[in-house]
Amino acid sequence: MGVIVAKSVNEACALLAENPDTTVLAGGTDLMVQVNKGASSLENVVDLTRISELKGWTINDSEIVLGSGISYSDLSKPELASILPALAQASRTVGSPQIRNAGTLGGNLATASPAGDTIPVLVAMNAILKLRSSKGQREISVDEFVTGVKSNALHAGEIIESVRLPLLEGPQEFLKVGIRNAMVISVVSLALLVDDKGKSLRVGVGSVSPVPFRATEAEEFIAGEFDWENYSQLPEKVKSRFSKLVADSTKPIDDHRGTAEYRKHSVAVLAKRALERVCIRTES
Amino acid sequence: MISETYVLSVNRKNHEVADAHTSESLLWVLRERLELSGSKNACEEGECGSCTVLLDGDVVCSCLVLAASAVGREIITIEGLGKGDEISDIQQAFVEAGAVQCGFCTPGLLVTIDQMLDADPDPDELTVREAISGNLCRCTGYGRILEAVRIASGNRKNQSEKEDSK
Repeated sequence: MGVIVAKSVNEACALLAENPDTTVLAGGTDLMVQVNKGASSLENVVDLTRISELKGWTINDSEIVLGSGISYSDLSKPELASILPALAQASRTVGSPQIRNAGTLGGNLATASPAGDTIPVLVAMNAILKLRSSKGQREISVDEFVTGVKSNALHAGEIIESVRLPLLEGPQEFLKVGIRNAMVISVVSLALLVDDKGKSLRVGVGSVSPVPFRATEAEEFIAGEFDWENYSQLPEKVKSRFSKLVADSTKPIDDHRGTAEYRKHSVAVLAKRALERVCIRTES
Repeated sequence: MISETYVLSVNRKNHEVADAHTSESLLWVLRERLELSGSKNACEEGECGSCTVLLDGDVVCSCLVLAASAVGREIITIEGLGKGDEISDIQQAFVEAGAVQCGFCTPGLLVTIDQMLDADPDPDELTVREAISGNLCRCTGYGRILEAVRIASGNRKNQSEKEDSK
């Protein structure tokens, strides 16, 4: 069948059911690197990038549902950035304008890299993915979806259709350490989201373990210390304890981008910095 | 696997692509099959930006676009920026500022800057720096490239003010 540009989710799923060896193509920013290297050769391809139903989003009082084909550029634009600030910040740190125009939310999830920039945010928000195949659809949480380093829970013939996120009230931060500002794969990343209604803080970390995860112990500690009335800056002792709990929950490795020790140190620095930024009022 | 013949719209003209392999990138097809060698091939992994083209008006790395998936899209390369034999205003600004040294990054930068100035004719320096952050230049240190952008955006501003006062 060669390369087919699908026009609908149903068409894409039908093609995948007929030809199980078909490669799914979204933005191409991961796949084509492997193809150009000769590590992967393409025969049958279904391109999802022109399926309009995957590019839209819907919103109600409590949730937003993002199509998996939404690009990092679109996530960074004011319309979505005002609703999902941490996801917008994370998207803006991906690659370059060229990469952000092509790469998609669904692609970031499917690649499931430990350094995938949107994943710490999605984990912190308990994102629910809708997966679709010719047999039907199912929902799965993001932490069940990302099963290991670059592995995911997609069955043969399934694609990611959408990502459902709760609407949180409160400040959000995404921070990332890399060797420079542009074109950087995270050495460490951290998302901190305040849920004012639920009176909780959510912490997602990336590049410090095989899969991005929530630092739940640190979350529980800080929820009790946070100044929910005034959002004032917290005492140094509290900030240090919080950042230590975040760092202690990580299991980083040494690699060419940084040592485990450096990653532990950096994630603590990011945790403290993010906490200071969501505490809006400075001590007088 | 060899693809069936397909048609790409490049620089407002349709080009037939025959006997191409399914795995070929848009960059490869542009350079090797359509003989449009202005887009440069360096990293083939989306790091350097020397292969930048416009795909339906957005900058992308053509090395990361599967050529056969670009059927029905509007592709503009460096060869499509000027009018006929005339160079574009940004190319002229690069000449004036001396923004070209070895020249390898230049086509990608010109495409990126052209798109940026179309979207925002009077960008501040941070906008410019972010816009060109995916185009690596190992020679110039970017000073003269930023100067070229200032010249081109100034010229466009003067031009539009002139037209407004007419």
